[in-house]
Amino acid sequence: MSIEIEGIGKNFGAFAALSNVNLNVPSGELVALLGPSGSGKTTLLRIIAGLESPDSGRVLFNGEEATQRQVQDRQVGFVFQHYALFRHMTVFDNIAFGLTVKPKKLRPGKQEIRDKVYTLLKLIQLEQLADRYPGQLSGGQRQRVALARALAVEPQVLLLDEPFGALDAKVRLELRRWLRRLHDEIHVTSVFVTHDQEEALEVADRIVVMNRGSIEQQGTPSEVYDHPATPFVFDFLGNVNLFQGRVHKGTAQMGGMNLSSPEHASAVDAPAVGYVRSHDIAIERVATDAGALEANVRYLLSVGPLVRVDLMLSNGDGTIEVDLPREEADRLQLSVGEKVFARPRKMRVFVDDYQI
Amino acid sequence: MQVAKHHKSGVKGSRSTTEPAWVRYLLLAVALGFLSLFLLLPLAAVFVQALDKGWEAYLAALKEPDTLSAIWLTVLTAACCVPVNLFFGIVAAWAIAKFSFPGKSLLITLIDLPFSVSPVVSGLIYVLIFGLQGWLGPWLQAHDIKIIFAVPGIVLATVFVTFPFVARELIPLMESQGRDEEEAALTLGASGLQTFFRVTFPNIKWGVLYGVILCNARAMGEFGAVSVVSGHVRGSTNTIPLQVEILYNEYSYAAAFAVASLLALLALVTLVLKTVAEWKIQQTLSEAESER
Repeated sequence: MSIEIEGIGKNFGAFAALSNVNLNVPSGELVALLGPSGSGKTTLLRIIAGLESPDSGRVLFNGEEATQRQVQDRQVGFVFQHYALFRHMTVFDNIAFGLTVKPKKLRPGKQEIRDKVYTLLKLIQLEQLADRYPGQLSGGQRQRVALARALAVEPQVLLLDEPFGALDAKVRLELRRWLRRLHDEIHVTSVFVTHDQEEALEVADRIVVMNRGSIEQQGTPSEVYDHPATPFVFDFLGNVNLFQGRVHKGTAQMGGMNLSSPEHASAVDAPAVGYVRSHDIAIERVATDAGALEANVRYLLSVGPLVRVDLMLSNGDGTIEVDLPREEADRLQLSVGEKVFARPRKMRVFVDDYQI
Repeated sequence: MQVAKHHKSGVKGSRSTTEPAWVRYLLLAVALGFLSLFLLLPLAAVFVQALDKGWEAYLAALKEPDTLSAIWLTVLTAACCVPVNLFFGIVAAWAIAKFSFPGKSLLITLIDLPFSVSPVVSGLIYVLIFGLQGWLGPWLQAHDIKIIFAVPGIVLATVFVTFPFVARELIPLMESQGRDEEEAALTLGASGLQTFFRVTFPNIKWGVLYGVILCNARAMGEFGAVSVVSGHVRGSTNTIPLQVEILYNEYSYAAAFAVASLLALLALVTLVLKTVAEWKIQQTLSEAESER
């Protein structure tokens, strides 16, 4: 089932949680709503589910108006950050709940419910825990049960609100890969909310970046990552260094560097900000041209496969962070206090000082 | 005991921080002595006085028609009050804990009103409204409806006085449990009633029982408000506490204490049930805690 969001707005008192949001989720896609807390992503998800009603705008399911439809009639599966399992019911009863509350005419028989629940338990690999209570399960197990419970009613849409937010790093990684595989198997239209850019990049077919109640950009993970539409998106996805400068007729001057910036060919001496990801900077011992900045190594830090180099710029513009692959760092043999040159390989220049 | 504990957390591991044995025993003795003097002794006195003239006289005092009628009226009053307050208590707690709406804090304050008002005033309110000189008095008289100095007045006054018990118990419990589970049930297609009976109620049932026990104990033991509206008509509008007072004022001590012992028994049973319910609530709460 496809979802269309048209001009949705929602206020909580004086706070505008969402303003004029438009979004299409094609049938069968796995879409991530990505943004910092307070960006409105959870509110949007709850509006799709019918747990919250919008102040303006429409929600359409498969092109049909669904804004006024009750939660119960929307056929959505909702997975909560804190699982929301029924604590007084066993795992089996939790998963069976959606089937047992159906009106008598539509309710499957006891055996049918049993078969269905065990199929789902097998899917989440927890068959042996059917008689346990939620309190006796680990966080990862609970979230899988919550997912099975949501899938039991065969929802047309699966909505997940920070589904892995309460789990520890390793379980989170396992579970999100499992979710991706699951989605490849069952192809139910899914929307999940996350503030973790890595999670969104890894799992989603499409990413919708949200900020302050509106959508900043949407696209495939590589589109959003490689071609951020706004400074906010650039900043939110990954580690970024900022350079203040000016653009003039297709050339950007940033802290002593001259870089070509063909997309701003018409700009006349306009203030601009250059964004460079920390892994898009090369460190050299010798300056070759005006595209590099002189700096001193402040400190070095090993982060797993990367070495993070903190540089103090010699022109007094502050510090920048560079992520080097370990081999590269081993080859350079940097030491603290040493003078080097930092050369941005890729810079994205935004004219007009955006505040982020 | 408090003192000993305090010192322990202050200076850890030092032997000198443990109070000497005689201090501990002295503190214990003072606490237990106080408890016995002011709580256990009077309770025992009630039963001793009640059985002063023997088992036979005790039973005879209870079988007195006026006393039987008082017992009956008390049970009837409680049987009316508890379901009414159970219903309104759950509804109010549900509204307060699960929804946000303007005037919410006012509603919470109003629920507490019966606690802060003297029971005598609660009774007088009803006399002012339904009494002969009251707002609705003439109309009620014209239609031959008796509320004050009759059973309806007693029930109304008791409902008012016991209103907060269920709601007060449930509001914090329901607030601590959040509304995630209810929302989950709704997304799974459950109706409002199904959600209540299959998800909400099992989570609050011990809290409900706790509230009902306290509500019942107060309904049966209420004196002030009932005294104002009852009119003390023997064998007709006397509840157990009023009957005790009348018997006592007539110097029939044995009978007064025999009837009073019923209330004392009720208190003991209430205590036991309350402890069980409290323990169960703690269990559900810690389960909720572990789920987070």
